[in-house]
Amino acid sequence: MFERGWRTDPPPSSSIRPALASPSLHGASIGDRVYRIATAAFALSIPLLLVLLGIEVAVAAWPALKQFHLSFLTSSEWDAVGGRFGAAPAIYGTIVSSLLALVIATPLAVGAAIFLSEFAPVWLRQPVAFLVDLLAAIPSVVYGLWGIFVLVPLLREQVMPFLADRLHLGGTPFFSGPAYGPSMLAASLILAIMVLPYISSVTREVLMAVPRSQREAALALGATRWEMIWGAVLPYASSGVVGGVILGLGRALGETMAVTMVIGNRHEISASLFAPGYTMASLIANEFSEATNDLHLSALMAVGAVLLAITLLVNIVARWLVWRVQRQERA
Amino acid sequence: MTARVPRRSIRARRALSASMVALTVVAALLATLPLVFILALLLKQGAGALSWSFFSAMPKPVGETGGGMANALAGTLMLLAIASAIGLPVGIGAGMYLAEHRGRPLASLVRFLSDVLNGLPSIVVGIFAWQFLVRPVKHFSALAGGIALAVMMIPLVSRATEEMIRLVPDALREAALALGYTRWRTSLTVVLRTALPGIVTGALVAVARIAGETAPLLFTAFGNQFWSTSLTQPVSALPLQIFTYAISPYDEWHTLAWAGALVLLALVLVISLVARVATRARFGHGHD
Repeated sequence: MFERGWRTDPPPSSSIRPALASPSLHGASIGDRVYRIATAAFALSIPLLLVLLGIEVAVAAWPALKQFHLSFLTSSEWDAVGGRFGAAPAIYGTIVSSLLALVIATPLAVGAAIFLSEFAPVWLRQPVAFLVDLLAAIPSVVYGLWGIFVLVPLLREQVMPFLADRLHLGGTPFFSGPAYGPSMLAASLILAIMVLPYISSVTREVLMAVPRSQREAALALGATRWEMIWGAVLPYASSGVVGGVILGLGRALGETMAVTMVIGNRHEISASLFAPGYTMASLIANEFSEATNDLHLSALMAVGAVLLAITLLVNIVARWLVWRVQRQERA
Repeated sequence: MTARVPRRSIRARRALSASMVALTVVAALLATLPLVFILALLLKQGAGALSWSFFSAMPKPVGETGGGMANALAGTLMLLAIASAIGLPVGIGAGMYLAEHRGRPLASLVRFLSDVLNGLPSIVVGIFAWQFLVRPVKHFSALAGGIALAVMMIPLVSRATEEMIRLVPDALREAALALGYTRWRTSLTVVLRTALPGIVTGALVAVARIAGETAPLLFTAFGNQFWSTSLTQPVSALPLQIFTYAISPYDEWHTLAWAGALVLLALVLVISLVARVATRARFGHGHD
């Protein structure tokens, strides 16, 4: 837009001419060019960084992927000494723990967001939103510490016996087996707490973007407050809410420290939530610095590559959904 | 959207509405509960274990009581300094480009990829840094840890910078250009300067975010039982030390882990609060 300004004829007053023709302007065009190239270089460093990251991880993962092909994704065998690697339990553990975390966190996060954007008195909004957002500020390793010393003992001594014996769920495959404590259940619960602030803040933003007229129209038609939310606000915001949930999924899939500390780290697929398991991130965190041979290292890199591919896909879908709502709002 | 005509009586509809509103209140309560529990426990377990020696003493071997995390604290500060030295210029530069070339396809692509980078698992950034920086030279180093953290910092800083520069009124920019300022001087001395407090806030938020990161440091900074300020040597960090102590079987170490967690969280919260107060003072309301 400034381009146009420069191209117009110089104003009639001749006193401005010397300033425009002065050598400083000539020097400035070089300065402008340097400035533009410098900022463009900084901006380009982001795509370059991503490409470099993808290439480095893919190259390091290649030997293992070449040797095991698809069986790397489907086999449950993980034998560092024998040189046989299959990541199925870690992939299973990552997906199940993340999905379970979403099932627990989504109703709470969306409920809290609805309360904050629609029902809460104005003086309560800021402080409660701040408290929920604060959950995202707690470092992963602190969640892990809390998990080891509070959540896991609580599950082992209270929750697991209650679920299995009092509610008689011990007979079902999902709640069977001994209650060790470190388990898929522990990992899912801690992940649920960790992704809750992400889902909640995206949902809150999307709900705020729903036009007032939408709400007023529903109320004018005689809807109750809940019918207004359910019939007029949520449908308008739905793809944004889904985007927020998928962003939360992206966080949960890649979460490392807290999960490593409570999931029990066992390379086996079990239907029971009481059983210990593994996730891709915790497998890398646990074995990487102790990897004995090149193939083991490459297998761990391949786990990283699979994790990278899954989170990339999930993030792209989420961004697209949120972007769609924002565009709709602008239109 | 299809409008359904409710068949229930108005009383039933009101009852449903009231109970759903009540449920959202319960959801909000449950969502804030974990925070209260975690903070209370951290204060209870951590405050008792905190003493001056925690900040000044070196770690002691198993079995000896006392000992502190002086080297881990210094290591964390060093890693944050390295990450900021790299991440801030790149992030701010990229943010300025994004703000000034809003409509261009390249800017949209970079903005999108910056979001993608922000969503990458930290452990993947860790193995990338190991493969790229540790493997070729065959030893762990503080520099590799700092660069891994910088990778996580860049998208956060560039996004914050872009948003803050967009808040600068166009009139200001046009006034500077009309006075004969060149474009690069306008950008640096007028636009960037006006947006600076906001950018500082964004930078602080980014530092707070990466201060607690553990996963990118596991195979880069690696940890160190001794005092080290060398860029090319492994270095300890507060989150790494908390992790090591938490999964150990020793009670003395568990106590130190709680104290470390309290200090780490205090560090993160103080940085975020300073950032928040700074923004509020500038914009006069609770703007994020």
